Amino acid sequence: MRVYINGESREVQGNPSLADLITQLDLPAARIAVELNREVVRRSDWGATMLHDDDRIEVVHFVGGGFVTLYESDNI
Amino acid sequence: MSRENLVIAGRTFSSRLIIGTGKYRNHDEMRRAHDASGAEMVTVAVRRVPLDRSSESFLDYLNPSLQILPNTAACFTAEDAIRTARLAREALQTDLVKLEVIGDQTTLFPDNEQTLEAARVLVKEGFVVLPYFSDDLIMAKKLLDAGCAAIMPLAAPIGSGLGVQNPANLRIMREQLPDATIIVDAGVGTASDAAIAMELGADGVLMNTAIAEAQDPAMMATAMKLAIESGRLAYLAGRMRKRLYASASSPLEGAISA
Repeated sequence: MRVYINGESREVQGNPSLADLITQLDLPAARIAVELNREVVRRSDWGATMLHDDDRIEVVHFVGGGFVTLYESDNI
Repeated sequence: MSRENLVIAGRTFSSRLIIGTGKYRNHDEMRRAHDASGAEMVTVAVRRVPLDRSSESFLDYLNPSLQILPNTAACFTAEDAIRTARLAREALQTDLVKLEVIGDQTTLFPDNEQTLEAARVLVKEGFVVLPYFSDDLIMAKKLLDAGCAAIMPLAAPIGSGLGVQNPANLRIMREQLPDATIIVDAGVGTASDAAIAMELGADGVLMNTAIAEAQDPAMMATAMKLAIESGRLAYLAGRMRKRLYASASSPLEGAISA
């Protein structure tokens, strides 16, 4: 099935939950937050949240920035 | 208004300086500047996790004693700012959010209308909202009426280092809103700018570039710390009245003369 993660199209195998996807992508589960189709999904609900074709997922973390917009310190 | 502490929604900070985490040359330099500043709260931005490479958590480079203030930097609509705030709350388990809705890429001036709209929604959802906005008294009142815990007027464009360009408006805001927590956000370039903001009655100053882009960020952070304390004391002490002409400090009477 195809889902969109941070705007990128990705093929995922089987019938994964959000928790499975985070594991598959090898993302650091600590201090990230996840949105599914524009709604935040709480960490405790990742396991029970099954993905569907064309789901749009945003996974965010924190970067350096005071109020300097568009500045990405993870390139340092 | 507390003399010693900055209080935001029941949280007490002994430092009136809030600083950013962007633009430093490296993480060590940032950490040294943070330590030197005495600041107890730092802002961080929310961004997509890169999928193609492993990324360590930026937060691990921060002194763990710091209060993290997530911001909605780079949001151009109320909706994006609201989504960003919700994500930040989920990741950090904090209700604090520095609300920033930008209206224009060149000036980075805030879109006050969208900011107010987002503030209303976020306050209803239980956020402690600290909005960045233009130095407008009426907007300040609306943001406070919406339930914002503090208001953050700009002093000059973000990252410009121009210093306080709007002393009259900031002074009016202070006089008209004596009970509001006002934090000057954006525009400070050097220590005297921070002192001026505090002398005008601000309760605190938020800055990033002035420290991060200094030749020696840790030294500038110390300078900012002292300037904020100095400006605060001068404000509380009450400055003398300005006069156009001289007023002798020594008695004129009894001076020798030919």
